[in-house]
Formats: sequence, structure tokens, C-alpha cells
Amino acid sequence: MNAAISYAAIAAVALASALIGFYGLRVSRTTSDFYVASRTVRPWWNASAIGGEYLSAASFLGIAGLILTSGAGGLWFPIGYTAGYLMLLLFVAAPLRRSGAYTIPDFTEARLESRTARLVTSTLVIVIGWFYIVPQLQGAALAVRITTGLPSWAGSLAVAVIVAVVVAAGGMRSITFVQAFQFWLKLTAIAVPVIVLLILVGGVEPSLEAADAFPPTAGPGDLDPYRTVSLMVALLLGTLGLPHVLVRFYTNPDGDAARRTTVIVLVLLSVFYLFPTIFGLLGRAFAPDLVASGDADALVLVLPDRLLPGWGGDVLTALVIAGAFAAFLSTSSGLVVSLAGVISQDLLGGSVRGFRIAAVLSSFVPLIVALATESTGLAGSVGLVFAFTASTLCPMLLLGIWWRGLTPRGAVSGMLTGAVLSGAAILGGGAIAAAAPGIRPFLEQPAAWTVPLALLVTVLVSRVDRRRRPRGTDAFLARLHTPERVR
Amino acid sequence: MPESMLLAASAGVVAGALAVGVVLLLRRLVVAQRELGTDAEQATYQTLHLASRAAAHVRGGFDGADAARAGRSLRTMLGCESLALIDPAGLVTVDGDSADELREVATGLALAARSSGKPHVQRRIAINGRETDAVAAPILVGDRSAGAIVAFASPVRAGLVRATGEVASWVASQVELGELDASRAALAEAEVRALRAQISPHFIYNALNAIASFINTDPAKARELVLEFADFTRYSFRRHGDFTTVAEELRSIDSYLELERARFGERLRVTLQVAPEVLSTVVPFLSIQPLVENAVRHGLEAKEGGGRITITAADSGAFAEISVEDDGVGIDPVVLEEVLAGGSPGEHVGLRNVDARLRQVYGEEHGLVVETNLGAGTLVRMRVPKSQPNSTAGPNQHPPITASRDGSPAR
Repeated sequence: MNAAISYAAIAAVALASALIGFYGLRVSRTTSDFYVASRTVRPWWNASAIGGEYLSAASFLGIAGLILTSGAGGLWFPIGYTAGYLMLLLFVAAPLRRSGAYTIPDFTEARLESRTARLVTSTLVIVIGWFYIVPQLQGAALAVRITTGLPSWAGSLAVAVIVAVVVAAGGMRSITFVQAFQFWLKLTAIAVPVIVLLILVGGVEPSLEAADAFPPTAGPGDLDPYRTVSLMVALLLGTLGLPHVLVRFYTNPDGDAARRTTVIVLVLLSVFYLFPTIFGLLGRAFAPDLVASGDADALVLVLPDRLLPGWGGDVLTALVIAGAFAAFLSTSSGLVVSLAGVISQDLLGGSVRGFRIAAVLSSFVPLIVALATESTGLAGSVGLVFAFTASTLCPMLLLGIWWRGLTPRGAVSGMLTGAVLSGAAILGGGAIAAAAPGIRPFLEQPAAWTVPLALLVTVLVSRVDRRRRPRGTDAFLARLHTPERVR
Repeated sequence: MPESMLLAASAGVVAGALAVGVVLLLRRLVVAQRELGTDAEQATYQTLHLASRAAAHVRGGFDGADAARAGRSLRTMLGCESLALIDPAGLVTVDGDSADELREVATGLALAARSSGKPHVQRRIAINGRETDAVAAPILVGDRSAGAIVAFASPVRAGLVRATGEVASWVASQVELGELDASRAALAEAEVRALRAQISPHFIYNALNAIASFINTDPAKARELVLEFADFTRYSFRRHGDFTTVAEELRSIDSYLELERARFGERLRVTLQVAPEVLSTVVPFLSIQPLVENAVRHGLEAKEGGGRITITAADSGAFAEISVEDDGVGIDPVVLEEVLAGGSPGEHVGLRNVDARLRQVYGEEHGLVVETNLGAGTLVRMRVPKSQPNSTAGPNQHPPITASRDGSPAR
């Protein structure tokens, strides 16, 4: 593989993102026409921006790698990642927009009228964000190692530094057009190679038998009901609490626009996930050796060069690397922006200086974790973050929007229950499972039992604590559920 | 780092946190036990505790659930069998034995107490076949009666009569406090209302003059200007809602500038740099337009050859930053300081008004930031939190900007 092209692709994406963030939009937005200036963001743009921020290393590299290693079972990930937006559409998007809150902690405080509940929510948001950034940095490490031959840490460090500097300096502040651009870049970067490769392999016989490439045992026949259900619970409900996705809904002018945006996101994601899936299938046929080497997640980066040696392969590889880096940078910067907002507002008094400190902090804490731990599959680790989110923020959000009876104590105890249970299962699962192998699946995919438990604790404590129901509950819920046009 | 190390580290952290928590809890328990004090002290604490619990429910006036809760605390405090709270309208809330006969007796006694203005005792009342005594005390807020308390006990001793009287006057003071709270809130609201920017008479005069000058020379233009004027006044005279969105505010600024341009012509140039992300941010009604008006009237009007106004709205994390800049004659910082501090009315009233409202709504640190000097132009900035769940923008009644140019007479 040509390292020079890889360097060039990485540098180009980094530079383009930074420059657009700093200067490009300043120029393009300047106008003396009020009609142009007061046009709100169209749902299409906003949906693209959500896609740009959402499609992370797990989507771009992880899914293909997972399908390569585990076959059709891996398909549940793209299904869950997409269908989460259906939950968002049905239960959260419009009411959250109507609440007028900008972040999840803002929503908690307004709904429950409690500082404690806000602080607990903020802490959880920060933890979730940090652990979501970790796989992005690990993905960067993998991409840099495979494509340039540099040591792994170089990739993580580069992404963390770029994101910290650009966000702290004031660029890339979740600007809609930058993020929308990132989505279309990612889609192009994965769709073009897939289409070229498909045309190419149309006439080539695979080097191994179809039955070996797609063994029935790795297909639907091997489905474990508990794991599948648990994974779906995690992915469907986890999407509801992702901090960097939810702040984007604020850009919509009203609740209806928020719903329309979500529908478009569903379409865009469905289209996008076709391509990593095809990549995974091609990988099973043409690069099964990657599984043994432990670099299955690098499939998307390696395959173009294998099937198309020469300059054509180099160009496709450069394109894929550019897409991958767009994924690392956009997701990480989106997360860092929203985390820095939460940290600076709750701990550092909301100043601009505080935001900068928080931005640097939010990039380097995950960097340390990423350097200290080994990647065990990008899609899998992001899946665990989803399980944690689903067990903590999702019960609070859902009940907060749909149930009058929620009280601050109920919400806090539910969030803490979910955090302790799912946190213990995710971090300590390996050790516990070694002692009691029978419960291993329950620890590896905890969402199916931690989410209901967290919900139950929230409801029970709220019932017991009925007297402390916030006074403004009825007015606030009426506001959440009344369409703007009838107000 | 191997997984086991990470695991050990996290287990250590969790165990440590738990241990610290347990120690703190135990320490609190021990300290609490030691400090409970003598019986008399405990009785005082108990009474104060009951009083503070009841206070929250009494303040809002006693009706419905609040009265029931207040009644429970007050009955415990007085140590009587039943307690009835009668509100000014004669509605009775009873804690304890709530027979209909008891309600009737309570109503009668309360009337007697209220008319005499003194505690009133009645003995040997037959309720449900047994005899009981009752004492009623009026709740007097100033000269006005705000209801009464009736305590039932058998027998009613002098101590209870006295205590009931005291409790009634305590309740009265709480009701007064509640009214004070309400009037303070009303005052704050009235202050915001009063500060709500008004169209300056100056502007109306200038605008009408400008329109008049076009009526003969360019009737189409004059008509367009009248429509802009109508748009602008409709927005500014809006009755309800103290908040609006940045987008709505920009539309009103457009109408305003269109009218000013009739006077200034090419001398007034405008540049906008608006991030679409902040268009839906909620801001106080008429909080940006006065800044633009200030820039036109005090910055550019006096400057030969006019100048440029730059309006910027940028996304800044959880805040929206809005600034209005002009390259006009600038303001003397000393004068400006005086104006913002509340002195010398007249010049720059708009700035002071917006500054005061921003501070009132978002807190002291969210006032206007003004950078200016004589001859150096003026830059006025404000920083508004994006998250404002407690303030809703008024209804979106403003027609789109283009509608005023389509030539149709009725809209």
C-alpha cells in the first residue's frame, strides 16, 4: 500500500475540516439580504448533519469487520443503529425540541426542577461521551497503523490533538454545514469503492467456496435469542440518549421539523449502511485471512488494494481513508463540543475560557483510555456504550417526557441503578463471567435486564416519593406535547 | 493495559467510594444523636419543624391539597383531636374527625370568631353522640380576615386557647409573607413589561416624513414603505409574549432598516453574518432591534457619508452570541458608563433598556458588552443561553418578508 497517498488523504481531510470550520462558513454566510440570513436550516441539511455526526468509526470500519468475523449476526448492528432513530422519532424528537432545552442536563433540570438530578445527568453524559470517543481514537490508531505503518498511538494522538485544538479554538462548533458535508463525504468514500469493487469482482471467481465464505453456522441459523434481543434493546434505546445527536435537534425551528428531520435521517442511514454490509460480504469472500490476524476492522481499508492493485486501488484506498478520518473527526468533535458545553456550564461557570479547558479535557481523557486499552472490535465497544446509555439516560428521558409521576429522586435512583449495573457488567463482566460461566451472555449484553431494572427502580421510587413531584409538571408536559401551531 | 488491571482499578475506586460514603453516613448519625438535646429543646425543634413544614402549604393561601397538608402539621402542633381550617370564602378543611356536624359547628364558630376578632370558645358540643369542646381563632392579615382556625379537644384548656390564638397569628404572618412573594413576582414581571422596548417617537416621525417625500415622486416605493411600516409596528405592538426568536427579531430589523434606508439611501450599508443554528434561539422581545436603532441614530446619523452596520449571530456551544457593530462616530466611554448605570436619560436609552432586561432575565453576567470610543465605532455584544425551557417565544404571526412585496393589498 502506498503510504504517501495515505498521509495525503489524512492530511487533506484534517485540513479541510479545520479550514471549513474556521473560515469557509464565515465567508459564505456573509450577506446583506435578510431573507437569506433568516432562512432556518432545512430538515435535509439537518438530517445530513446528524448523519455526519452519528456515523462513527463503528459504522465506517466496525460493521464491515464484524460481518467479516461473525457473519449475518453482525447485521443486527446496522439495523439497531438505524432503528434507534425510529424510537427517537416516535418518543423523543418533537417533545424534546418543544421543551426548549439545549442539552440533556438542561432538559432534566427543567423537567424535574432539581439541581441534583441535573448534576447526575451531566456526569452520565460526560462518562458516556468519553467512552464513545474511545473507539473513535482506537479506530484512528488502527487506520494509521494499517495504512501508513506508523505506530498505533500516532493515530489516536493525531485525532485527539486535532479535535482539541480545533474545538478549543472555536472552529467546528457543530456547524450544520460542516457536519452535513462530512456525511456526504463518508457516503461517497464508502459507496464509490463498493460500486467499483462490485463491478470488478463481477467476473472474478472467489478464491474459496461459497459454503466456506458464508457458513450456515455464522448465519441466521446461529442466532442466540437473548443476545440479539439484548443488543437490540441497547441499540434502539441507546440512541435516545446520545448527547451529540440530541443537541442537533435544537437547530430545527419546531417540533414538526424535528420529526421530519428524523425521518430523513432514517432514510440516509439506511442507504449508508448498505455499503459497509457489502464490504463485509466481499471481505468474507476475498479476505478471510484478516480474521485470524485480528485486524478485521481494517477490512474496509485493505480490500480495495487487494482486489485492485495499482493506482486504481491507491485512489480508492485514499478515498476510504479520507472517509474513515472524516468519521473519526466528525464524531469526536461533535462529542467534544457537546461534552465541553456540559462540563463548562456545570463545573466551570459557562465562560469561554471554561469551554476551552473543557474541550481539551474531553479530548485527552478518552485518549488516555484509548492508549491504555486494547480495541476488541469497534462495533462491539460502541454497542456497549449504547447499552450504558440505554440503561441510564433513556429511562429518565422516556419517563420524563411521557409520565407525570416522575420525581427527581426516582430519576436519580433509576439512573444510578442503571449506571452501576450496566457499568459493573461492562467493566467487570470478564472477571465475573470467569467465576460463573453460566451468566456470561448476560454480562456481555446487559441491556435486556439493566434497562427494565432501571425503569422499574425509577417508577417505584417515584411512586413512593409521590409528594415530591415537581410543581410545574403539568405545565411542562403540556408544553412538550402541544404542537407549536395550536399554542 | 490488561483488562484485569482496569477491572481491579475500577473495583478499587468503587469500594473506596462506598467506604467513604458509609463512614460519612455513620458520622452523621452519631453527631445527630449527640446533638438532640434535652426534652424541652427537642419539643422546640419539633414545633419549629412542624411550623416550617406547614409554612410552605399555608403561604399560597389554603385551599385543596395544601390546606389538608397544613392542617395535619397544625393539628400535631396544637395536639388537639380535630382541626378545621376555614378559608375566607367559608370553605372548611378538616384534619381528624371530619363529620358533617363538626363542619357545621366549625363554620358557626369561625363566623363568631371572625366577627369578634378574638378567640371564641364553645363547650359541650355534641358530635356523633359524644361531647367535645372547641376553640376558634380568626386569622387576621392586617385588618382583613383571611379565615379562621377551629381546634376541637375535650376539654379545651386555657393553654390550648392561647396556643390556637398564637397559631392563628402565625398563620396570618405566613399568609402575609405569601402575599409578599406574590407581589414581588408581580413586581419583577411588571418591571420586565415596563422595560419592554417601545418604538421611539423619533423613529415614527422620521419614517412618516421619509414616506411622505416619496408619495409624489415614487408612489410604488411609498406604498412599499407604508407596508414595511405596518409590518414593523405590528411586530412591535404585539401584546402577548415577552420573548421571540432571533429569526423573528431579524425580520423586524429588516423592516426597520428598509424604512431607515428611505432616509439614508446609499449611506446606510448592512452586512449580516448569521449562523442558522441560532435562528431558533429564544431572546427577549425587541432586544436586538434597539441595538441596531442605536447604531443608526447615534453611530451613523452623525457621520458624514454614513457607514456600515454588521449584525452577527454566532453559535458558541450552549450560548448564542449576537453582536451589532457600526463604524460610526462611537460613544464616549464615560458617557456610556453613566447611561448604563442608569443616569442621564435621553441618549442611548435603547441600550440601557436592553441591558437591564437581559440582566433581569438571564442574570447579571449576561448584560450587554459594549466596546467603543469616540471616532472608533461601536460594537455591542450579548450572550444568550440557548436552553430556555421556561420562556416561550410568542406565536409566529409575522408574515414572511417577501409577502410585503407581492403587491396584493390585503393579507
